[in-house]
Amino acid sequence: MSQKVLLNETEVHIALHRLACHLIENHDTFHNTVLIGLQPRGAYLANRLKSILVNDYKIKNIDLGYLDITFFRDDFRRGGKPLEANKTQIDFLVEDKKVILIDDVLYTGRSIRAALTAIQSFGRPSGIELLTLIDRRFSRHLPIQPDYRGRQVDAINEEKVKVCWKENEGEDAVYLVS
Amino acid sequence: MSELSVKHLLGIKYLTQADIHLIFETADHFKEVINRSIKKVPSLRDITIANLFFENSTRTRLSFELAEKRLSADVVNFSASSSSVKKGETLIDTVNNILSMKVDMVVMRHPNPGAGVFLSQHINASIINAGDGAHEHPTQALLDCYSIREKLGDVAGKKVVIVGDILHSRVALSNIFALQLLGAKVKVCGPKTLIPKYIEKLGVEVEGNLQEALEWCDVANMLRVQNERMDISYFPSIREYSQQYGVNKTLLDSLKNEIVIMHPGPINRGVEITSDVADSKQSIILHQVENGVAIRMAVIYLLASKIKHHES
Repeated sequence: MSQKVLLNETEVHIALHRLACHLIENHDTFHNTVLIGLQPRGAYLANRLKSILVNDYKIKNIDLGYLDITFFRDDFRRGGKPLEANKTQIDFLVEDKKVILIDDVLYTGRSIRAALTAIQSFGRPSGIELLTLIDRRFSRHLPIQPDYRGRQVDAINEEKVKVCWKENEGEDAVYLVS
Repeated sequence: MSELSVKHLLGIKYLTQADIHLIFETADHFKEVINRSIKKVPSLRDITIANLFFENSTRTRLSFELAEKRLSADVVNFSASSSSVKKGETLIDTVNNILSMKVDMVVMRHPNPGAGVFLSQHINASIINAGDGAHEHPTQALLDCYSIREKLGDVAGKKVVIVGDILHSRVALSNIFALQLLGAKVKVCGPKTLIPKYIEKLGVEVEGNLQEALEWCDVANMLRVQNERMDISYFPSIREYSQQYGVNKTLLDSLKNEIVIMHPGPINRGVEITSDVADSKQSIILHQVENGVAIRMAVIYLLASKIKHHES
């Protein structure tokens, strides 16, 4: 198994700040916008973006929630062991809000499809956008594209994109594992 | 994620401790789901579940049906009083007829102990026992333990007394198995006539005096006196029963510890517990009912995940 660095720590840092700035451009003070990190891996990215927005760009009162999509997946009972659910925590209303779904890697788009269904249980947002750190091109099963992307990557199916976070894996980096 | 070790839920005695923990963790997630404004997830869209109730039930049937619907399963209901059972059809025939309508899972309540086990040997669907005679009622025991865990943090090390009609109670037996598996200590308390012989063999202690039992315990699970199952008189009068084995507010307040009061329902108010006890802060009876839906969703979800998907 070999792995190649796609983004090193500096590049992750730059990408996160660029994504944060891009969000500010479109959402200004975030008074009507909420961030939703998809469990489990999107939560790290969502936390990181929130802390950049709060600490570096002095935006106050950003609502951040975590959404678990396990029970909304379309592959239940189709091979493999059942997936472990994670905590959903959305302590605010999403009705008429702009929702930004946040995940680390966009691959087939099926998780996002599930998230779009799952978020409806919490109300009817006025709009939903998608932010991903890595966008794997040419691998979509569904017509879903990100509105904000950190880096676009061409990877073949056998390869895996691994996103590491300081708070979990001890470093900020993105690898292509083959 | 780990899986359940069983294909059916026939009784607690077939489960492992890991199974119960898995069910609890899954129920935690479903409890969050049923508190959303839309309380439904699409997981079981392609599963059909038959609820076969050969014996009366309100709470359990409603709870199962809600759990199934909140998982998006298709549900068919059947109750013995309005069916061909009355015309002399056998259990296997009834169930096979229902299964040939492409049902994946059966939830069954039956007056005969072992009906679920018997059925599991003859048909090819997941079976959940929703009460078989005086034998087991596994989902009730799971929701009871889950409610204790929610209220007191953990089941292990807790002292639980089951009070009342142990003899006719499937809730008692399933609770004893589940509580012991999770590391709780169990006593039973009731009139001698309603305590099964040799119950000590299960590792529970028998206490005749209610006051002593309550002083000892953290949780008291008050069972219903099952008049409908009593073919003979087991105690002189309801009045005498409630004097000796009923909990009232005076008794509850006289205890040195603040114990938790549970009841599987339906309550005979004024017999096992008085109204002010049932409605007191120490009672978690309505939490039990709420948790029942989450627990049943977890059980159904976990068992359904073991049903293979067939490409049609």
